[in-house]
Formats: sequence, structure tokens, C-alpha cells
Amino acid sequence: MEKQVPPEVGLQLYELMVRVRKFEQAVVDLFARGKIPGFLHTYIGEEAVAAGVCANLSMDDKITSTHRGHGHMVAKGGHFDKAMAELFGKATGYNKGKGGSMHIAEPDLGMLGANAIVSAGIPIATGAALTAQYMGLNWIAVAFFGDGASNEGAFHESLNLASVWNLPVVYVCENNEFAESTPRWQHQKVKDVATRALSYDIPGVIVDGNDVEAVYLCAKEAVERARSGGGPTLLEAKTTRWRGHHEADNQSYRDKEEFQAALDNDAIARWEKVLLGRGVPKSALEEIVARTEQELAEAIEYADRSPLPDPASARADIFTPFTLEAN
Amino acid sequence: MAVMTYREAVRQALREELQYDERVYLIGEDIAEFGGSLKVTLGLLDEFGPKRIRNTPISEMGLLGAAVGSAATGARPIAEVMYSDFFGMAMDQVFNQAAKMRYMFGGKLSIPLTIRAPMGGRRSAAAHHSQCLEAWFMHIPGLKIAMPANAYDAKGLLKTAVRDPNPVIVFENKMLYNVKGEVPEEPFFVPFGVAKLVREGSDVTVVAVSDMVDYSLKAAEALEAEGISLEVIDPRTIAPLDIGTIVQSVKKTGKLVVAHEANLTGGIGAEIAAQVGYRAFDYLQAPIERVAAKDSPIPFAPILEKEILPDDQDVMDAVHRVMDYAG
Repeated sequence: MEKQVPPEVGLQLYELMVRVRKFEQAVVDLFARGKIPGFLHTYIGEEAVAAGVCANLSMDDKITSTHRGHGHMVAKGGHFDKAMAELFGKATGYNKGKGGSMHIAEPDLGMLGANAIVSAGIPIATGAALTAQYMGLNWIAVAFFGDGASNEGAFHESLNLASVWNLPVVYVCENNEFAESTPRWQHQKVKDVATRALSYDIPGVIVDGNDVEAVYLCAKEAVERARSGGGPTLLEAKTTRWRGHHEADNQSYRDKEEFQAALDNDAIARWEKVLLGRGVPKSALEEIVARTEQELAEAIEYADRSPLPDPASARADIFTPFTLEAN
Repeated sequence: MAVMTYREAVRQALREELQYDERVYLIGEDIAEFGGSLKVTLGLLDEFGPKRIRNTPISEMGLLGAAVGSAATGARPIAEVMYSDFFGMAMDQVFNQAAKMRYMFGGKLSIPLTIRAPMGGRRSAAAHHSQCLEAWFMHIPGLKIAMPANAYDAKGLLKTAVRDPNPVIVFENKMLYNVKGEVPEEPFFVPFGVAKLVREGSDVTVVAVSDMVDYSLKAAEALEAEGISLEVIDPRTIAPLDIGTIVQSVKKTGKLVVAHEANLTGGIGAEIAAQVGYRAFDYLQAPIERVAAKDSPIPFAPILEKEILPDDQDVMDAVHRVMDYAG
């Protein structure tokens, strides 16, 4: 495996992480101010995983995501304006206000949806990989999910099927050690979800999810394996969820010292230090931050002034129109 | 016209659609060499090979979820649920994912998925291999549901289901698989949402689905000797439901009996009765009768199963009740 990413990839990873972090921080504030209805699960603290994996993907590659899905949306190339408008429940959002935070999706970007059912995206990504294999297409699929999802039948059934059929898919477990509020030791005896790969005779890889370069390089290997016909990989990234399961969760159940240590291990700060050490000028990083903030401000403005959906559209888009005559 | 069994008609539809569209493949448990538990797909492996006739692990969520993800990304899978009772193992992928993805995404993709599910009892298969679960699915916006009652409709409805760009469940009746009927030699389609007037009559409208159509026809013949004329209507699809044809008939006869093999409470008869009660209230000369299984798990012993499931005698009894009431 390569040890170090080229400089341009280094900056790309930094930018992806910053984009996700800034977007999520803005969203937390907007939610608190009542701009965003429903409930909100943020990706803050886990940025290196989405960034490190998605930097290996093309637009044609498919991903499925979780209830904590904005990070994947942004990392897969989602635009701030349409994403923000969707979270605001506006007509101009990616999904016309029908999906919101927990269902944000853009098939044109290969983003097959955040998903509010824990583990439900895993079989769907497996199916996307099946299409690629069946139709001889070059894309691969990635399923993002958490340690909690790895106890669901959907996880096990999907890994088994992908293994038997050698499907081009990468299963990325974002192990943040909590299934909502339940600590890992209460919900699974294995310390590493990656060991479950043994059951399906596929590679199981563990990576430090706060080391974006390591995530990128491990994901690269898994993506290349999938793309070249080598079959599925289970990649487990050890990560930390900074905020609660959702915004109404004050995390009273967390060990304060462990939590503080995790906060001190911020992936973005770590990566910034590495990049500066490799001679990247600070101004290049500052420029990325400034650019992101500018784009974000414009996106919030766009979402704010976008129209609400027409109530008459509430029942549109349930079915795809179909006539036998045309077929 | 050729004469063939319901099973052969289903197989012919599968064959034609596999030939018509390369994107179509079959996915299910024991459907390849073994030809399916009920032998519907027997021989298709030889014609189309293992890539298109895909045996899966016993893994209902895995296979239906993969079919959903595959349909979402450009293929057109036809999945078999070996017995519709097994839907329970996979429900999330059907009712939360397949049915809702298009809507949640604001109409940005289609799910051209067909699910074939053998249904029904009368085989001493007891509580886990005998149920009629169509009402579960009728309650879910985003699904279409076909219930062929004869060989002609088995072929024509299935072909339409495969062409339809939406998720469709086709409930095939196990007791009808060996029943022969006339089926045109040339390709044809049966449109969704168009009820069939199976028998014209003047005294009582009987709306029957699946094998209750035959039982209702048998009842109609017996009642003819008593001078009672039944009009029998088979909706063929319950989603969409051709309520117009039913209401029109009730306006003529003033009496309605709805017959299905599924148990009474919360069955599709309740929905049809409610709609007719609302739309033809002034025309009804008697309370609407529902013929259905008694509310019970399906028992094993033949004598017990017969006690629970409805047949032509139950239709006749119901008809007598509405006739007596109306005077």
C-alpha cells in the first residue's frame, strides 16, 4: 500500500472535510434557530471517513448513506445550496422538500439516499453493485453504516450475498462506538466490526477514522479491488461522533475523559498539521476555508429565499407515470 | 388460443420478458436448477443461464434489498418470494425502501421491480405457508398489487408488471398453478386498474379476488337454479383499484358481497366496502357482506383449515343474507 497521498489529493481531502464540517456546523445553528424542521443527526467528528472514501469515487459510483447522511452527500459532490434547501424543506431542495435531512439523495451524483432505517442502505448498495456486475458497468457501490447497523440482518445478509456473488461493493462501517446511546460493549461482543468479514470470507480492514490519509489509502485499495473484480471489502473506520445521536441528545451517557480525548483527536486539525509539515502553505488552507464559508453563506441565503413547496405537490412523484401504449 | 396452466402462463410471461429486455433477470431462492419451490421457473435456467436466473441464499431481505438497489440503478429484476409468508423477513426493503424511494427523492428515480409471491392456503401447509397478505401492501402508498385469478391474467398482468417502472407485487395463487385456461399465442398485456366483468348478473354484485373468483362462479351457477343472478367482478389489481366498475355494478344490483381468502379484519373487503358505502350509499338495499377467512392463523389439519377458509358455500350464504335483507 502507498504510504502517502500526492499533494493535490491532500488538499482535496482537506477541502472535503472542511466542507462537511462547515456545512454541519451551520446546520446545527440553523436547526437551533428553527430554520430546519424535523430532527437532525450531524456528521461532525466523522468527516475523515466520508472524505477519505468519497475522494476515491467517481460520479458514476453509487453510495448509500444513513440517518447521519449530509456528510456523505457533501463528500460525494453535493452542492450546498440544494442540500441546504432540502434541509429547509424548500421546493428547490434536492428532493423538493420530500426527503429532508434523513432522506437527502441525488441519483445523478450517485448518492442513493440518506436512510432513516438503520442498515437499510446496505442491501441497496449491494443491489447497485449487482447492477454494475450484471450490466457490465464500471461503477462500484459503497455502503456507509454504523456499528449499530452491523447487528442488523440486512448487514449480514448483504455481506453474504456480495461475497457469494463477488460483487463490486465496499462496506464502510463508521464505528463511533455508540448505537444511538448504547455503547458498543452493550450491543456487540466483538471489539472490531471488521472481524465479521471472516464470516463471509472477504477482507476486513480496520483504519483510524481520524486519519484521513489512512482512510483514503485503505479505501483506495478496497475500491480498486471492487472495480477490478476482486469483490467486496468490509472497511471499519474507528471514529467519533462529536454531537449527540441527534440534536435533542445531550450525551449524558458518555465518559467525559474519553469524549474529551476524542475531541482532541480532531481529524481536520490533525490533517492540517500534516499538510503544513509537508510544506503546504497555510494560505492554501485558509483559502479553502474562506471559499467554503462564502459558498455556505450563499447557500443559506438561497435556501432561505427559496419558495416552499406547493401543497398541491404533496402527492406528486409517488409513482413513475406509465402507459402500456408507450411500451 | 392455446390452453395452458396458470403455472405455464407465468413461465411464458417470464420467458417473453427475459427475451424482450436484457435488463430483466430473475432473482430468488431455489429458482434455478430446482425451478422454484412451486416449479414456476423450471427450465428457464437452461434457456437463459445462471447470470439471468439467479439463485440466492435463503436471505429474503438480502435478495429483495439487492433487487431494490438494482432496480434503482437501471436493471429490471423480477424477484420471487418463495411463499408470501416470507415477506416478513424482508419487509423493510419492500415498504420503506422500494415503495418510498421515488417519492422521498422527489421523483428522481424509478424502481422498476417486480416481486412474484405465491399466496394462499388449502394445502395443509399451515400458518407459515398459507397466508394472503395483500391488504398489508394495499395500505402502502407506492406499491402496485396484482392478483391474477386465471392463466390469462397470470400472464398478462405479470407482463405489465415487468414493463411498469414502479414496484409491483404479483400474488400468484398456489391452488391455481395447475388450473388450465385459454391464453393467446401472441404477446399481450393486461392493464392495471381495469376490473374484469367475469359474469354478468342482475341481483347481487360479487367482487372476488384470486381463487375466490372461481368459488364465486361456482356459487353463481348453484344460485342460478334458485333464480338468483350474480354479477361477478374481478378487480385483477387491488392497487390501483378499479372502484368505478364496482360502483357501477352496485348501482345496478343494489347489493354487494366482497370475497377474499385473506382473513376478515382489515382485509381488502373492508376497503372496498367503505368505498362503495361512500360512493353508492343511496343504492344499497342491504348491508355489504364480506366473505373471508375467519380471523385465525391458518391451521394444519385439513378439517380445521376448511373451517377457517371461505369457499363457494360461504359466498352463497352471504348472497342469501343480502337477498333476504333486501326482501
